[in-house]
Amino acid sequence: MTNEASQQSSVPVRTRQMSDFLNPLVREIKPSGIRRFFDLVSTRKDVITLGVGEPDFVTPRHVREAAIMSLDRGKTQYTSNAGMPELREAICNYLYNSFQLQYDAANEVIVTIGGSEAIDLALRAIISPGDEVLVPEPSYIPYAPITTLSGGTAVGIETFAKDKFKLTEESLRKAITPRSKVLILSYPSNPTGGIMTYEDWLPIAKIVEEHDLIVISDEIYAELTYGMKHVSFSSLPGMKDRTILVSGFSKAFAMTGWRLGYVCGHPDIIAAMLKIHQYTVMCAPTMAQYAALEALTYGLEEKDRMVESYNQRRRLVVQGLHDAGLECHEPQGAFYAFPSIKSTGLTSEQFAQRLLEEANVAAVPGDVFGLGGEGFLRCSYATSVANLTEAIDRIGQFVYKLKQQ
Amino acid sequence: MTGISDFQLKVLALLQEDARLKPEIIATMLDATVEDVKAAIAAMEKDHVIVKYATIVNWSKMHDEKVTALIEVQITPERGRGFDRIAESIYLYPEVKSLYLMSGAYDLQVEIEGDSLKEVASFVSNKLSTIDAVLSTKTYFILKKYKQDGIIFEETESDSRMMVSP
Repeated sequence: MTNEASQQSSVPVRTRQMSDFLNPLVREIKPSGIRRFFDLVSTRKDVITLGVGEPDFVTPRHVREAAIMSLDRGKTQYTSNAGMPELREAICNYLYNSFQLQYDAANEVIVTIGGSEAIDLALRAIISPGDEVLVPEPSYIPYAPITTLSGGTAVGIETFAKDKFKLTEESLRKAITPRSKVLILSYPSNPTGGIMTYEDWLPIAKIVEEHDLIVISDEIYAELTYGMKHVSFSSLPGMKDRTILVSGFSKAFAMTGWRLGYVCGHPDIIAAMLKIHQYTVMCAPTMAQYAALEALTYGLEEKDRMVESYNQRRRLVVQGLHDAGLECHEPQGAFYAFPSIKSTGLTSEQFAQRLLEEANVAAVPGDVFGLGGEGFLRCSYATSVANLTEAIDRIGQFVYKLKQQ
Repeated sequence: MTGISDFQLKVLALLQEDARLKPEIIATMLDATVEDVKAAIAAMEKDHVIVKYATIVNWSKMHDEKVTALIEVQITPERGRGFDRIAESIYLYPEVKSLYLMSGAYDLQVEIEGDSLKEVASFVSNKLSTIDAVLSTKTYFILKKYKQDGIIFEETESDSRMMVSP
């Protein structure tokens, strides 16, 4: 290297702030409001938490053993991109037996890293810049930010306690514009516990048809319904080809940490999603796939026991919230109650923060879940009966104190 | 005894987890009336399906030097009465915590608890061995209890989930 050249290279051409390197879309999306609340809760001791969005069961032992066995046998390689054929086969059988859905294991299913990856794949595969994505809210938080990252625009549709947080025909119609392309459905709902029956679905399906929409139906809580069976949007007349069905093992089989989900849909859509999947993650973890296969083959009874236990605790928490003086619609799915705290005159944020500080109970303020969430509180009942009764006692005393003031 | 109903089984499952669960809470959880729950519990108490509401104690925490032993006992059964009367004469001793009739190399398994090694030894030599039907005994002292009646004694972190999650 000549003297001149070395001098030149030591002079910085230009200094960018680190944030200047960031994609503007990433800068635009906000960190999850749950994260903020988590940080607040983490500073305290002896908190009883109703804030947990995952089962309180450990994955059934035989499922864990199947994964260990697969490791002992040396099954530590990649699987096919779409997932092990026998697992895809088992998923299709399960969907047929449980929800009367017919998917072809060969080209209509991908095993993904949780339902989360499936949502990401679906949105990236179908959104072009400017497309509008309709999201009934309050809802699971990631739909809107991932839509933004994919170049689309999320359009929230407010749902209401008086409708048990169901998506209604009128509110869907009002939200549709010529740019509407995708409708995200997430029932049974996190955070509201709302569900949709066959009759509730029919007018929605009609509008989807009329406006030529594609649906991403996140049915991760499908197994957790109480008193009635879940109706998959994909099972409605004419809706199979228009539906990208997202589900997984986390909630039904208590397998959150395994990160295993799946997505089913029309072969053309699945092929497009598979391209992204193979370039980004190659395949879902092999040992987790063996565990999932075991869960579907031998774990359904255990799953039923867990559902019965959630149902018992659901009744306890709903009754308890009523007794505590909070209005609460009856949640019929998932493991959340979503009581209104409007009668206390506080905002969700104020209520949740004071409940934490004055009663040492954590629950997630409803406003973090988008439109219609303000004035509500998400209470997960996936916790022990002892915790639930204690938490409800404390909430009751806290609400009483508020109303005295 | 009449057959146990589905409802009774559900009540039992909850009580087995926590015997102090109030009937009001059980009623809410099972979508039943408090009267139904109370009636089911009363019926099962009467039938001795529910035998007792006891506390499982980890005595080692109390710095209590209680000694527990399992004793294998071989006996000669009595004509016409089998093992039952001999078993009764053993289980009536308050030191005896549990008594099982076993298949296999010996007949009765006796669990006994005493304040000292000496007390247990003296029970075996003075009370148990002197029963006519007892042919032989083998005594095993328990060194540590890890689990009893399905309850694990070691304190483990019971919930490793994050306090708040999506």
